[in-house]
Amino acid sequence: MYYVSLVATYFRLAVQNELEYRINFWFNLMQSLMELGLAFVGLTVIFSHTDNLGGWQPAELIALVGVYFLMGGVVRTFIRPAMTRFFEDIRKGALDFTLTKPVDSQVLVSIQKVEIWRLVDVFIAIPIFTLAIIRMGSHIGLVEILTFVGSLFSGMAIIYSFLLILSTTAFWFVRVENIQEIFVSLWQAGRWPIGIYPFWLRVTLTFLVPVAFATTVPASAISGRITTTTFVGSVALAAALLLLSRWFWRLGIRFYSGASA
Amino acid sequence: MKSYFFIYRSYMRIQLALNLQYRVALLIWILSSIVGPVLYLVVWRTVALQKGGAVAGYTVNDIVVYYIFMLLVNHATHTWFALAFSYRIRLGEFSSDLLKPVHPIHLDIADNFAFKLVALPVMGAVVAFLAWSFSASWQPEVSALVAFVPVFVLALLMRLFLEWALAMLAFWTTRVDAISQLYFLFGLSFSGRLAPLDLFPHSVQSLAAILPFRWMLAFPVEILLGRVTSRELFAGLGMQLLWVIGGFIILQISYRKGIRRYTAVGA
Repeated sequence: MYYVSLVATYFRLAVQNELEYRINFWFNLMQSLMELGLAFVGLTVIFSHTDNLGGWQPAELIALVGVYFLMGGVVRTFIRPAMTRFFEDIRKGALDFTLTKPVDSQVLVSIQKVEIWRLVDVFIAIPIFTLAIIRMGSHIGLVEILTFVGSLFSGMAIIYSFLLILSTTAFWFVRVENIQEIFVSLWQAGRWPIGIYPFWLRVTLTFLVPVAFATTVPASAISGRITTTTFVGSVALAAALLLLSRWFWRLGIRFYSGASA
Repeated sequence: MKSYFFIYRSYMRIQLALNLQYRVALLIWILSSIVGPVLYLVVWRTVALQKGGAVAGYTVNDIVVYYIFMLLVNHATHTWFALAFSYRIRLGEFSSDLLKPVHPIHLDIADNFAFKLVALPVMGAVVAFLAWSFSASWQPEVSALVAFVPVFVLALLMRLFLEWALAMLAFWTTRVDAISQLYFLFGLSFSGRLAPLDLFPHSVQSLAAILPFRWMLAFPVEILLGRVTSRELFAGLGMQLLWVIGGFIILQISYRKGIRRYTAVGA
């Protein structure tokens, strides 16, 4: 309960902070709409030549675009800003102030920065899903909705843990922001179904940088093409990575000795 | 002319040393820049495979070779002037550049070439890996190789001039990134990076023939694939020449107007 009010307080602060930069909303909106336009141009060109891509129907690929925007929005609103702030704090030595606060340091680091205007992408995802569901017709039942929501949350947990592990390495290596760049560029791969990629890229996107679990898996849940093994595997991986990242964070904290000061 | 040789020689020496300092950043930057083209390669290769081996006259191998060359031509002509220029103005570094008796574009071009020179071994390895991974095969025709040289030089000049002119927007607004993103997204569709232009409807193709993007990227790549007739070659060279001259004029005007507006910021 205490942590709920803590998160709420930090979120309110972030909103107040960001309200000073209102024009950013319009820039983010413009940027997102352009990206959305490009995604649909791509799909239109592809489906003027074929009726499916690696077995995925147009409506399913639209759903995938929706998941891509939703996940990207969550990552860019909550996860990446917090991690970037964490790197800066390590370099400047400001992390000391976070660590001396009487709350869990991992929670504090994960909520200390929010870029709310990026939520535009999450809201853009809603009409995309609606369009995809209308085009898919009526075969979306309770099971599909439940596995979809379940795999969405697992996907978020997987990406969060992955980025936390990546960021925690900053305790040992100060300059790891560059590695984030690789994540950002590989993230684009989530816009297409993982199945079409060659073997080495599929392995990379499943195990090294788990983009597949964040985008392809939830999108295949909504159209009912997900297998039980994949769904269970995704949830299990989420749980395992959450624990692993937690353990790794504690290890890193113990290693931390403060910069400057 | 001779003085420019000496200017470039010393600029290149400085910029090579600078670029070699950031080897890891450079490696990561290159690796992340290849992801986009590889994705489109895979998507279109999948479509070609599904259609029985070819889509709109592009065989599976054509698609692979097309995107590998697209990667190379894009890398060789790529610039980051807009980003660098807006930093330079916001941090006040432009004041000292302005005092030099050399047009600032020369330093940027030297930096650009130095980066690409340092990046060359990595690009070579990436291309070799992709060619092996997708088992690409390419038999060049001598005429295509000869035609490629002037086309490539003009494509490079087009991008240098037009993108440097775009960077001049930093004199008027601090939001250059939003505008350069618009430029990038337009470029993605009309340059043949999203898909070979033959795969688009005719209306898009005729628009692409007027816009500069096709002449920067798709055209040199199509020449390497031997997909351009000699008539198309000369028409294309004409368009490229027009855009090079146009870009040069825009650059001159925007730079002169820009420095008149410029006020130093910072110390």
